[in-house]
Amino acid sequence: MDQQPPTAFDLELLGSWADSHTHRVQLALKLKGLPFEYQEEDPLRPSPAVLLHNPVYGSLPVLLHRGRAVLHSVVILQYLDETWPRGRLLLPSDPCDRAAARFWSHFADDKLAPSVAAVFSSCPGDGRKAAVEQVHQNLKLLEREMGGGGAFEGRRFFGGDEIGLLDVVLGCGSYWLAVFEEAMEVKLVDPEAFPRFHAWLRDFEEQREVRETIPPIDKLLEYANAVRQMMLGGTADDNVAVN
Amino acid sequence: MIFPSTAHGSSSVGTRDASRDLFPCIECLRRRRCVSDNLTRGGVPIEFFHISVLLRPHKSPPHEPHPQEATMAEAVVLLDVWVSPFGQRCRIALAEKGVAYEYKEEDLSNKSPMLLQANPVHKKIPVLIHDGKPVCESLVIVQYIDEVWSDGAPILPADPYARAQARFWGDFVDKKIYECGTRLWKLKGEALQEAKKEFIEILKVLEAELGDRKYFGGDAFGYVDIALVPFFAWFYTYETCGGFSVEAEAPKLVAWGKRCMERESVSQTLYDPLKVYEFVGFLKKKYGVE
Repeated sequence: MDQQPPTAFDLELLGSWADSHTHRVQLALKLKGLPFEYQEEDPLRPSPAVLLHNPVYGSLPVLLHRGRAVLHSVVILQYLDETWPRGRLLLPSDPCDRAAARFWSHFADDKLAPSVAAVFSSCPGDGRKAAVEQVHQNLKLLEREMGGGGAFEGRRFFGGDEIGLLDVVLGCGSYWLAVFEEAMEVKLVDPEAFPRFHAWLRDFEEQREVRETIPPIDKLLEYANAVRQMMLGGTADDNVAVN
Repeated sequence: MIFPSTAHGSSSVGTRDASRDLFPCIECLRRRRCVSDNLTRGGVPIEFFHISVLLRPHKSPPHEPHPQEATMAEAVVLLDVWVSPFGQRCRIALAEKGVAYEYKEEDLSNKSPMLLQANPVHKKIPVLIHDGKPVCESLVIVQYIDEVWSDGAPILPADPYARAQARFWGDFVDKKIYECGTRLWKLKGEALQEAKKEFIEILKVLEAELGDRKYFGGDAFGYVDIALVPFFAWFYTYETCGGFSVEAEAPKLVAWGKRCMERESVSQTLYDPLKVYEFVGFLKKKYGVE
């Protein structure tokens, strides 16, 4: 389905500045050269607009295209490809490659992201060690897929020579690895253990559109520390181990 | 990369040989005797796969491949377990498209080298292997089937917005039904009541989305229907364990399920709800639930 290029009023994105799923959509729109209006939302206190357009989950991001809501970042990215197929495409054309992009996008959301979040909410000691090890196990699976015999062998990006859907999905969220390395004083992406993943991440982060989309690391670090303080209660009387 | 066929597990080209359904191989025959002994002696963990092999009823194949399709069928292999609703999604999609394929029943207590090689990340079924290349995860497989065999009846609609809606609801079914449904047969007391409340809410949300349409896809049977309909055979188990009636809570959903069952691809794939209930009964014994 080939639509006319949108005007600025056709596309509105409801999102949150520190939300990696919002960044995915922002980056995708930027890569495709699609203009949009942005509305900052509080992920913890969904506005009436969010609840109206996403009554099932009340979550972000919400993309409104001429008033109709498209939900879930990976669904949104595919919607953008299918609505404007003449522009830059995020999904590859080969069905096998498309299946791999979808499978690993689910891996990013169902396995990798929760394991990274578990590091963030862990307490120092064995719990944190186990959480870090789980992240390493997940990165190992990705690293293997980027190597000999893997689906992404020899590619600069998961999408090939250019950033594709899986790069956007994995990349917008991988900055939390660096943030948590600093906040929790752990090593998550060891360049020696994960040379391909490390190289891909550095390459991804140097792309102009990515630099224009992802907030500065120090802002994200400040946000992460504030969230962690909130999670831990923040007082010594609570007898909670504070990092 | 072509995977060698394994000696273990049943394998039949597009058809389901009656005898092989119940006794996939000599090894399983031998274990069946041991399992019977275990049951009578008790105290020894039940090999639930072998119970599931015994329980798996014969089903007529949904698609009898033309002899010339035999070669093509070998190019499409589905690693699966008979009762899996996720595997059934793939079977229904393949049947809707008229694709001949080789079905391989997996022993989840003794996963085949083929499965471990094809899905090293999760080691789970279903896996579709097409010309030697594996595709994993049921809804990824369904979309793959739709894209490769694009001259068959479409599974996803043509309109991008409708496709986005379908993917959203397919994901909803994925996230909600199996997990909450499992709690209905695994848990007791307060936790069960909580799961029951949640499950009924899930049914009502789905029913509201269906509305008065023939299928979730509108007039055409499609992606969300395929994602959800295998669980229609599990409703009896869920409502019996949970102490409620799906028909009372979501009558339109039950009517939809019955309409889907009028399609050969669905009726040839789903098993009798009593068989599913029997299977879950043995799972409950395995997990010590009562």
